[in-house]
Amino acid sequence: MATAEANQDMLVLPKKKEVKLAKRTKKLSRSASGTAALFVFLGFFGVFTSMPLVLTVSRAFMPLDELFLFPPRFFFRNPTLSNFSDLFIIMQESWVPFSRYFLNSIIITGFGTLGHLICASMAAYPLAKNEFPFKNVLFSIVVLSLMFTAHVTAIPNFLIISALGINNTYLAVILPAFSAPLGLYLMKQFMEQIPDSLIESARLDGASEFFIWRKIVMPNVKPAWLTLIILMFQGLWATTGGVFLRSEELKPLTFAMSQIALGGVARAGANAAVMLITMAVPITFFVFSQSKIIETMATSGMKD
Amino acid sequence: MDYKDTKWMMIKKSRQNYALMAPYFVLFFTFTVMPVVMAVALSFSNFNMLQRPEFVGWANYTRLFLENEIFIIALQNTLMFAVVTGPLSFLLCFVFAWIINDMPPRVRAFFTLVFYAPSISGNVFFIWQFFFSGDRLGLVNGFLIDLGLIDNPINFFRDIRFIMPILIIVQLWLSLGVGFLAFIAGLQTVDKALYEAGAVDGIRNRWQELWFITLPSMKPQLLFAAVMQITTSFAIADIVVILAGLPTVNYAGDTIVTHLQDIGWVRFEMGYASAVATILFLLMVGTNKGVQRMLKKVGT
Repeated sequence: MATAEANQDMLVLPKKKEVKLAKRTKKLSRSASGTAALFVFLGFFGVFTSMPLVLTVSRAFMPLDELFLFPPRFFFRNPTLSNFSDLFIIMQESWVPFSRYFLNSIIITGFGTLGHLICASMAAYPLAKNEFPFKNVLFSIVVLSLMFTAHVTAIPNFLIISALGINNTYLAVILPAFSAPLGLYLMKQFMEQIPDSLIESARLDGASEFFIWRKIVMPNVKPAWLTLIILMFQGLWATTGGVFLRSEELKPLTFAMSQIALGGVARAGANAAVMLITMAVPITFFVFSQSKIIETMATSGMKD
Repeated sequence: MDYKDTKWMMIKKSRQNYALMAPYFVLFFTFTVMPVVMAVALSFSNFNMLQRPEFVGWANYTRLFLENEIFIIALQNTLMFAVVTGPLSFLLCFVFAWIINDMPPRVRAFFTLVFYAPSISGNVFFIWQFFFSGDRLGLVNGFLIDLGLIDNPINFFRDIRFIMPILIIVQLWLSLGVGFLAFIAGLQTVDKALYEAGAVDGIRNRWQELWFITLPSMKPQLLFAAVMQITTSFAIADIVVILAGLPTVNYAGDTIVTHLQDIGWVRFEMGYASAVATILFLLMVGTNKGVQRMLKKVGT
């Protein structure tokens, strides 16, 4: 055990050259006209995809009169922060204090994401690296469950969650998130590239499987941590709780935001501000973790 | 020692592995596997949350296909969505990833963000309301009136000619998700020695390079992304409800999922809704399996 611990600092995965060395040394068979055509194509779709996002930003800073102008405007002329102050006032007037919605979102996304990361990676390590009975069956059920959505299971899930007595508690949203299949799948695929020799040497020193997972496997799959975190964060951040969270004081921020968004003309300004905030959080998260996520995705492929 | 004993020994020897997997799989069986089994079982009952469920045989299914015109429309709409947005989004994911693959890392990161952002921005697809708003304040109406092409604003989300096309556009906009990222990553891992060898072997342009080298070496990513895109393309619901309402005008945009929600959570006919869920399950898994079989033939 002591040796395993001492070795830890030296345990470095072989550099994933393929991922890093994306730039080709020599460009092969490229025609100028082909490149130009592809650029035009990309530019056109780039504008199409970003237009709604740019409009969201633009509307958040438009004064009320510009929001209701004919002909409608795409870009603001006289930017203002009044939409955000409107939002602030609405938040203070709301029946449940706004900070409560925020706290609910933090609890749900925080615990849900953390639990998912731990459960999924603990299950992923044996599936990726060890041999034992029923291994293939278990993993193929997980892969199968990537092929349908939660809509299929919603009604029985409601019954199960009620039977467990956790309906209308945070757990009703958090616990199912722990066992989301995509995270386990991506983590398992990523763990497969850890060299067997690292694990074997620790095992020879008498380390338990839990110790190997905690001290050898986990430190070597940090890019995958980030990927699981952002995918789950996104999912839970966007949830409104639906039928599982009925009490107003348990509802997350997205729910409150969608209520304001439905508020119609009187709240158009606050609504525009809300949309910018909802959008900005996950996008910012992604900007900072992009390279790690791409690194994880390199191993995402399905083998036969 | 017979076979059974060895198996049991192996299970005992692997108990640490099972212990590590236990938290995940206990929850997974509780919230994913058991619900599927229950949905199938309930689909043969008349469960309504109040009374004890009774076995009704195939009654829910015959009712769906023979008496429920809305379900047939919803089924057609779902297939329409799936047939258009599934393959198209898969293709777009690949084409965009392929084009940006040759770019310098910073430019690539920028375009990755531009295309991926919609799929992670939560409910921001609501913004499409302002493009296709039915009054003169909608950007598209404003633009068309300005150009003099129309005199009166078009009520896009209330006109059955426009509901489906617009929802398809919004869905495509949302659909460059995890599959897209898998392609970007996959393209970067293709061994570049293969390209050089290909050039020696007489590959003349990038199209040949794509077909003979890139696609075959990306088969695992193709399979993974196909699953992601197909599954989402059958599950279109939120954009319908938020943009076009529930039900949509003449049910022109209703899908299996919105219909399921209507029967289940509005009318509480859980047995009947479970029949819809079972059909949705079979459709999703069946299509996925079929496409997997097809894609495995790429490059062989």
